[in-house]
Amino acid sequence: MKIWKYDDDVNTDMLFPGKYTYTLATAEEIKPHLLEDLDSEFAGNVKAGDLILAGKNFGCGSSREQPVVGLKAVGIQAIVGKSFSRIFYRAAINQGLLLVECPDAVDAYRDGDEVTLDPEAGLVKVAGKTYSFPKLPPEILAIRDAGGLLPYTLRALKESRA
Amino acid sequence: MGKTFAEKVLAKKSNRAEVVPGQIVIVEPDHMLTHDNTSAIIGKIGGELKEYGVARPEMPVIVLDHVIPASDEKTATNHLKTREFVKKFNLKHFYDVGQGICHQVVLEKGLALPGDLVVGSDSHTCSYGAVGAFSTGIDRTEASALLLRGKTWLRVPETIKMTLTNELAPGVTAKDLVLTIIGNIGADGANYQAVEFHGNIGSLSIDDRFVIANMGVEMGAKIAVFPVDKKTKAYLKSIGVKESAYEAVWADKDAQYVRELAYDLSRIEPVVAAPHKVDNVKPVSALDGLEFQQVLLGTCTNGRLSDLEIAADILEGKKVAPGVRFLVLPASKEIFDEALEKGIIARLSRAGAVILPPGCGPCLGAHQGCLAPGEKCLSTSNRNFKGRMGCKDAEIYLASPATVAASAITGKLTDPRKLYQEVRR
Repeated sequence: MKIWKYDDDVNTDMLFPGKYTYTLATAEEIKPHLLEDLDSEFAGNVKAGDLILAGKNFGCGSSREQPVVGLKAVGIQAIVGKSFSRIFYRAAINQGLLLVECPDAVDAYRDGDEVTLDPEAGLVKVAGKTYSFPKLPPEILAIRDAGGLLPYTLRALKESRA
Repeated sequence: MGKTFAEKVLAKKSNRAEVVPGQIVIVEPDHMLTHDNTSAIIGKIGGELKEYGVARPEMPVIVLDHVIPASDEKTATNHLKTREFVKKFNLKHFYDVGQGICHQVVLEKGLALPGDLVVGSDSHTCSYGAVGAFSTGIDRTEASALLLRGKTWLRVPETIKMTLTNELAPGVTAKDLVLTIIGNIGADGANYQAVEFHGNIGSLSIDDRFVIANMGVEMGAKIAVFPVDKKTKAYLKSIGVKESAYEAVWADKDAQYVRELAYDLSRIEPVVAAPHKVDNVKPVSALDGLEFQQVLLGTCTNGRLSDLEIAADILEGKKVAPGVRFLVLPASKEIFDEALEKGIIARLSRAGAVILPPGCGPCLGAHQGCLAPGEKCLSTSNRNFKGRMGCKDAEIYLASPATVAASAITGKLTDPRKLYQEVRR
């Protein structure tokens, strides 16, 4: 498992350039361009189970969900960050991607440290030390746990017809 | 205990007596905006749309504006799919290529009114706080779900109160004010929160308020909102909206805020946001003489009539510097037509401007005016992110329409105040 570490204020244009937003839409189309203007190594080398460690305000900028769709599709385990921009945070819930808001864990991390997550318990462990992070409210967890907003919505629609 | 604007609107829209910050509420937005991303949004739910249809056909507002006219077969096909969707579900609020930038069109057509709740799959949906609406951005997937169900969830935000005193000096604009605020509190200074503007609001035009609300998201805000006053009512009347059509909402005097800030407008000076972050704000004087190859006047932030007019005034009798490409995009067809009738377009064109169709143009780097490596662009748009205008090795500086016009003449970053005073004499 590799840990990809980035600074504060990584915006959506760095995660997925705007020039592609009206021509590339599916996960397969998005994957080769993930983080293109931030880290040219990322798209070719990321593996399922990898983690992203982020500074504050990760995902600021556009209402662009493509980075989340792409990161979920390549199997990113979670993004552990100091804070996330509002629309990006919502987009992650909607795609069922785990975001962990835990500034202390990010500050504690040094290159080469082992990082493990226990989402159910709301715990992240960095180099043997455990930090807790706030869990989502139950009504929002229900969306993420359904696999994202569309599966959740379809289930609700079916139930309302039943 | 008093309530904030956000608490009042979300209580009303979720049919509750009251709500508190942090609470999750289920709401049915009055309108939901989508644009060129509509084809991707409906593409996610093709089968479900056939089965369930559009939950509330009066809710969606669709404006084609991001890549217009279509730049290639793919974008043309996206537009085509959108038109077919509109026709199939008999959607009422559709604005095709050339009507203008979605946020300007929503405002002009009276689709965001005081006290309304509007969401949109575009981050600058927060613009409608200019007329006292609660409006905020969502992603494409949420827009798909809203088409099917007509409702979504929102977290009730904490609120920051910003009090404005005195008036802006001549040649200093609302853009300088909002960039100063963002530089001050940072790109995440209002993340997840609402921002209310209080104080001498009367000194700001509706255009000014639009600029400020539009850039609310650049400080992370969920909404950025102004009270409804005489100017709001006069504007709404001018577009044919009667006072009986809306119910203005505003915060109580004893509402609870997480933070209170004050800005003396008379002390604001021309500023720029330097690459590659919107909160990297510096006085124009600090970068005096910086050279540009492209200058851009327009976008949803600064493409309104007053923006075009101030630029035309500053450029009067002058020419754009050799080697500078001066691009102008009116924010809507209505603005374009009015600027034509008033001779503003002719004045800008004679000064050397390239007039582009009313749309988003080069702002997002998809077409029309992309940059080359090593180039610098001075722009009235709202984002200077790396790669934003299509090239990660170019630089974008954000400024007011006055600063952009003054700099177009010299080809270098120029404080507009001197020129502005000359033309107003």
